[in-house]
Amino acid sequence: MKTRRIALTVNGETVEREVPVRQNLVDFLRHDLGFTGSHVGCEQGACGACTVVLDDQTVRGCLVLAVQADGATVETIEGVQLDDLRAAFHRLNALQCGFCTPGMLLSARELLRDNPNPSRQQIRDYLSGNFCRCTGYQAIVDAVETVALERLP
Amino acid sequence: MKAPDFEYLRPETLAEALAMLARHGEDGAIIAGGQSLLPLLHFRLAAPAYLIDIGRLEPLKQIVEGDGYIEIGALVRHCELAASALIGREFPLLHQAVEHIAHPGVRHRGTIGGSLAMADPAAELGACCLALAGDVLLQSAAGQRWVGMADFFAGIYETALAADEILTAVRLPRRGHGGIQIFNEVARRRGDFAMAGLALVSDRGLGSPRLALLGVSDRPILAVRAMALLSQDPTATEAAIALIGDEVDPADDPAYPPAYRRHLVGVLMRRTLAELSP
Repeated sequence: MKTRRIALTVNGETVEREVPVRQNLVDFLRHDLGFTGSHVGCEQGACGACTVVLDDQTVRGCLVLAVQADGATVETIEGVQLDDLRAAFHRLNALQCGFCTPGMLLSARELLRDNPNPSRQQIRDYLSGNFCRCTGYQAIVDAVETVALERLP
Repeated sequence: MKAPDFEYLRPETLAEALAMLARHGEDGAIIAGGQSLLPLLHFRLAAPAYLIDIGRLEPLKQIVEGDGYIEIGALVRHCELAASALIGREFPLLHQAVEHIAHPGVRHRGTIGGSLAMADPAAELGACCLALAGDVLLQSAAGQRWVGMADFFAGIYETALAADEILTAVRLPRRGHGGIQIFNEVARRRGDFAMAGLALVSDRGLGSPRLALLGVSDRPILAVRAMALLSQDPTATEAAIALIGDEVDPADDPAYPPAYRRHLVGVLMRRTLAELSP
C-alpha cells in the first residue's frame, strides 16, 4: 500500500500523518483523527452525508483524497459554531436518525453565510445535494428559514 | 467501495506533469477536481496504476483576457466561473449553466477542464463551449495543439485526447454586445444529471444562431437544421421548435425513452425562444 506524509489543519489543530494515498478525506477524518461526525453514505458524491469544509468551502469528503488536502484547512461538524442552527433543527424536528444532519448543518451554514436571506426555493436548491431519508425535507427547510429570519437585524 | 491502490504523483509544474504523463500515460490518469474520477475509482470502474494530481499547477487556474477571446484555464472550478464578473459579462451562458451542475459541494471542486475531458454527454459545460465555438488546448511533452469542440468530443466519455496529452485550457471567442446567450435544461431535481439541455448563442435578433444540445446523444451536438432554418428566417421559431426534436437520436433508456427526450428538446427550444420575447 502506497502512503504519503501530509500536514493540514483540522478544526484548528495542525496534524501531520502518514496516509494511504488512496484514502479519501472523510475516512481520514473519521478513522485517523476520530472526527466521526462526518458520515459515509454513498461514496460516490451523491448523498452529501460526508460533507466537510475544505478551505472555507463545503466539499464531498468522499470525493477528495486525503493527500489532496495536504496543506489545507479542514473543518468538520465537531469544529464549527452553529448554535442557533443546531437548536432550530432540534426544535423543529428537522432530523430523525441524524445521519444526514452534520452535512445538512454545514451546507445550511454555508448558504446563510453567502445568502443571509434565502427564499425557500433557494434553501431547497442549496440543500439538494444532501439527502435525508427520514424527514421529507419540509422541517429542514423550516429550520433553515427560521434561523435566517431570526438572524436578520 | 474504496479506491484501488495506485501510485500518487504530484507535479509542481506543467512540464513535470507532461513528462510524467509521457512516461505513464497508458497506465496513468490525471486527477484535477476528482468529482468524476473518484466515483469511478470507488466503483472500481477505473484502476490507473498512476494518479497524476495536477491540482497544484497554478498557471492552469487563470482566466485570461486575450485579443478577441477569453481563455479559461483547465483548473478553473465551477464555483470560480460562477464568481467571475468577467465570465458573467462575456459569457452569461456559463453563469446560467453552472447553476445546473450538481450541488455546491461538487461545484467547489469540479473543474472546467475535468468536465470537458470527462466528456459526459449530459455535462453542461461541453454543450456551452460547443455553442460558444470554443477550442481546447491539448498539451503533451512533444508539443501542443488546438482542437475545436466539435472535433474534440468523440463519444460517451471519448475525446480527441491522446494518452500523453493534458487539456490545459479552453479558449472562447468574445461575442460583442447585444447578443443572446440562454441556457436551459430539464432534470428530475436541482443538480441531477440533465435529461436534456439546450444552449443558444446568437447575435442580436437571433442572427447566426448556434444551438447546442446535451443529454440527447453520445456527445454534445449542434442542432444544425434548426440553426440553418433560423439563420434564413429568424421568425421561423415554430418551425424550428417542431424540427429540433427530430434532429436528435437519443439512446434507448427505460427511464426516459427516446421519444420523450425528443419531446423535451422541443420544450426546451420553446422555453428558450420564449425568453427572447419582450
